[in-house]
Amino acid sequence: MTDTPLRIGFIPLVDAAALIVAVDKGFTAAEGLDVTLAREVSWSNVRDKLNIGLFDAAHLLAPVAIASTLGLSQVKVPIVASFNLGLNGNAITVSPALHAAIMAEADGDPANPMVTAKALARVVAARRKSGADPLTFGMTFPFSTHNYQLRFWMAAGGVDPDEDVRLVVLPPPYMVESLVNGHVDAFCVGAPWNSVAVDLGVGHILHFVSDILERAAEKVLAVREKWSLEHPEVLAKLTRAHGRAADFIENPANRGEVSRILGAPERIGVDPEVIQRTLDGRLKISPDGTFRESGRYLLVGREGAARPDPVQAAWLYAQMVRWGQAAYSQEALETARKVFRPDLYDAALGASARPAHIVRDGVGAFDGAPFDPANIAAHLASVTIKRPPPK
Amino acid sequence: MVADSSFKIVIVDESPIRAAILKEGLRDAGFASVEHISEMHNLLARIYRIDPDVILIDLENPSRDVLEQMFQVSRVVRRPIAMFVDQSDASSIQDAVEAGVSAYIVDGLKKERIKPVLDLCISRFNAFAKLQDELDRTKSALEDRKILDRAKGLLMKAKGLTEEEAYVLIRSTAMREKKKIGEIAQSIITAAELLK
Repeated sequence: MTDTPLRIGFIPLVDAAALIVAVDKGFTAAEGLDVTLAREVSWSNVRDKLNIGLFDAAHLLAPVAIASTLGLSQVKVPIVASFNLGLNGNAITVSPALHAAIMAEADGDPANPMVTAKALARVVAARRKSGADPLTFGMTFPFSTHNYQLRFWMAAGGVDPDEDVRLVVLPPPYMVESLVNGHVDAFCVGAPWNSVAVDLGVGHILHFVSDILERAAEKVLAVREKWSLEHPEVLAKLTRAHGRAADFIENPANRGEVSRILGAPERIGVDPEVIQRTLDGRLKISPDGTFRESGRYLLVGREGAARPDPVQAAWLYAQMVRWGQAAYSQEALETARKVFRPDLYDAALGASARPAHIVRDGVGAFDGAPFDPANIAAHLASVTIKRPPPK
Repeated sequence: MVADSSFKIVIVDESPIRAAILKEGLRDAGFASVEHISEMHNLLARIYRIDPDVILIDLENPSRDVLEQMFQVSRVVRRPIAMFVDQSDASSIQDAVEAGVSAYIVDGLKKERIKPVLDLCISRFNAFAKLQDELDRTKSALEDRKILDRAKGLLMKAKGLTEEEAYVLIRSTAMREKKKIGEIAQSIITAAELLK
């Protein structure tokens, strides 16, 4: 029997770890899959090549999978995700000047996102009064957790992300340079770009995004729904290989090897030491050498992270509605939730009990009432800064 | 083909040669207003200033994601922008992506008016890819040539052969070992370096 050939697209980021390790450690080959990994430069490319069938599967931003399924601003192609490639993993980095300004205005512990968000509101107000340009924040894509995490944080402190500051899309490799030349004052991005800015002495990591939301679906293993129905066995094999890879990655004894695999020039192509920092959740946050550690900086497979959780899909959809990207409907909410398929995960890897210590609502936002995926209207009613639905 | 000369077209491409090829093709086809942006900083601001009807971007350009923001901030843009006029034309999209180009088109333009731009673009991108391929092959042929010359020189010096005799020796060895002439030449150079 010959192996099933599969072409899978990815962006060189640490949260592609389960995919890259599944292929490079031979877990996919062991399932009879002959996977070719295609490195891409933009999420638009990954999405379009998946949608038109040039890729069988892809490492994709979770919100893009939902947006594609709902046909928001793009060709409507229903997507399903049987495996969550990562929870969290991003950070907010600010320029030394903005860092100093926020610290000067911080009333309380600056590790608390509410303290920094309120401080940011005061910085913004002072700039407006003095006639200075609004602050500019870089993020990676309109349909990205980075966008929603930044907005969720600043809006909690009273900053309107569309009126009080500028939010711009920047390709991750351009983030650091844009911070240096002043095109942005801050950015929210995944590894290794926050660390690169800190190492160069041009940025401070203000927050890990896991400070803002305990569990946010970051990237998923995405396939077209149609493809999943035509190739259920292949998808199960692919999902199983990813499960093995995630277990391998989460074993601390393998971290060095994993970092080397991911660091290879044709994969992520950065120093394995920087990759290991992200996997260990131990990051240098200030040019002065201060380190910070978090057990949930990036979750690849532990704490049930790999099992797609429709609650997180509902949270992402709620953000799309909040910021005027999507009109609200109960039907669309249901469609969004069904992009995440724990049933397919369980069928491939076996059902497992939800770890007991996970935050009760499955999201764990630093601000607001517990999130109820069945009632996102209540979530939206509880926030004051939001946009009207699209025309 | 009568093209619509009132279109404003922007080409976002870091390759000046390909952009020139594309620009020339579009001009020949009657599209008078074609601008090329090669600098990626403040891309959106530049595009807003030009206010084009069609944006063509190379798929290898990470700034494609930046353009997607234009869908989101229609308050800033004079008219909202959509990629490809309608989603029924899957084969055009596939052809474009395979050729390595993506098109963003102002909403409201008719598909029939866009089709010639896209078709021309695809053929020009393919022509450029062919050119690039030929260039690469010429380069590697030149490289082989240099290696062969060095290997011949080494043999001439070591064994007191003429250039012709050195070449015959390399060629016959390649035939006997079922290898390429370039490979044999390279192994002669490697061996000579090891024996230095």
